[in-house]
Amino acid sequence: MAEPGLSEPGLSEPAVKPAIRTTQLTVGYGRRPVVHDVDITLPAGQSLALVGTNGSGKSTLVKTLVGLIQPLSGSVDRAGDSIAYLGQVHSVNGLLPIQARDVVMMARYPLRGLRARLTTEDHHAVEAAMHRLGISDLARRPLRSLSGGQRQRVFLAQAVAREASILVLDEPTAGLDAPSTERYLEIVQEELRRGAAVVTATHDIAEALRCDQALLLAGRVVASGAPHDVLSAESLLEAFGIALHSVPHGGHHDLVVTAAPHAHNHDHHHRS
Amino acid sequence: MSWLVAPFADNPFLLRSLVAGILVALACSIAGTFVVLRGLAFLGDALAHGVLPGVAAALLLGVPSILGAAAGAAVMIVGVKAITANSRLSGDTAVGLLFVGMLATGVVMVSRSDTFTGDVVGILFGEILGVSRADLVQQAIALAVIAAVAWIFARPFMMLAFDPEQVDIAGWSSKRVELLMLVMVAVCVVMSFQTVGTLLVFGMLLAPAGTGALLATRLPAMVAWASLFGVLSVYGGLLASYHFDLAAGASVVVCAVTIFFVVLVTQAIRGDQAVRSPVGSRLQRTGNGHG
Repeated sequence: MAEPGLSEPGLSEPAVKPAIRTTQLTVGYGRRPVVHDVDITLPAGQSLALVGTNGSGKSTLVKTLVGLIQPLSGSVDRAGDSIAYLGQVHSVNGLLPIQARDVVMMARYPLRGLRARLTTEDHHAVEAAMHRLGISDLARRPLRSLSGGQRQRVFLAQAVAREASILVLDEPTAGLDAPSTERYLEIVQEELRRGAAVVTATHDIAEALRCDQALLLAGRVVASGAPHDVLSAESLLEAFGIALHSVPHGGHHDLVVTAAPHAHNHDHHHRS
Repeated sequence: MSWLVAPFADNPFLLRSLVAGILVALACSIAGTFVVLRGLAFLGDALAHGVLPGVAAALLLGVPSILGAAAGAAVMIVGVKAITANSRLSGDTAVGLLFVGMLATGVVMVSRSDTFTGDVVGILFGEILGVSRADLVQQAIALAVIAAVAWIFARPFMMLAFDPEQVDIAGWSSKRVELLMLVMVAVCVVMSFQTVGTLLVFGMLLAPAGTGALLATRLPAMVAWASLFGVLSVYGGLLASYHFDLAAGASVVVCAVTIFFVVLVTQAIRGDQAVRSPVGSRLQRTGNGHG
């Protein structure tokens, strides 16, 4: 994994313009701030996990990063406008006459504008994305006939098919089973090797530990930097109200909940 | 066979009505497809009836009613946007308030007319049996405009129905795209109400498109199904009106709505997927709320 890229006082500026940089960014709805003073420097080819509980400001920050919400103060700079975005609350009209492949194909519309014909390259990108997510056999199925997990893979394929320089994914593994989650994590690594920057909002600690950087949110920035530093037992206790303990298991570590002093009764075992 | 064809072959006015009705059906099928997909049924209803005070004002002022209808539709769209943008009220509350306010204002204005009942009935149900050549030209122009807008903006319209955020991410403004969609619906209403009345316009916006949504798995197919059922409704309604001496416009709407329910019930019996995802329902991603 690459070195953490979150801007810290005293560190020299990267030579190449980062994919995403925020400076003293305050985000919120209307005039109500949700998170203050977020400083992010995410180079191309690196991943950032935004970690926090529901209501911690993850989705608000994500929407601000992609330009759906204007910052209350501070700035967001993106290298290029090639963004793929998967929102968290993604409602689909139950009657929408649309097949899985049509959904993935939407990713290519921004490249072709209103009426320009989709190219062979577009069709290849769509086929490849569906193949990578393992949904090629669902291509002609109506979206409304798919299960929640299948739909989530369709939405992920749409994000991948954009071939964007920046991927911003809010709760991307929600509804996915274990094999699909593993496949998703492999795809993220492939996207990083392609040179994309990937921002993931999650409350899955194991998923966050696989990223290059992490930002722990709880209505404010609790900690930022390398995931293993940010997601320390103390920080997680502060942000989630739970205590986690790392247990060696085979070639990896399992994170085990050892105490739940607040209302959050998370007792899952997370693989790191 | 002559029972099916003779009424139109022997009566030029009825043939003109059939052509006008088909033009209305095609325009409404295209605009109605997006009304159904975007969940704008209530706003479509409000637009259809919100033109009433504009038409009434035009009647009182002696100007073409189409100008009054356009003004009424514009007030409705601007009003809904202004209320939802500047208050905590949801869109349907804003639409409902404007709907009832505009309708009542229209009735109050028409009540000043000496031919109150005739005016209201004419506006609500139109005069499909009294269509002129000028009406046909006007309706054909409306169809061409609506078809062109839908063809050019099919991608952002589809994305808007799918997920408005995707429209913004793609670089098109979801607010502007939705406004354009509303204007397209308003053009359909304004250009059609003289021929078939506001009630029939609303019926033709919803019923054929709703039937198309039950059957189609792709957008072009939905428009095609809607157009087919819209045209069949016009033909069947006029034929029934001729043979059984029924109100022509209302017969067309009854046909369109009957077809919708026949398809709905047939699918329910067969256990098709579309019926298990009822109109207006939304399939939620399995997220955990805003983080």
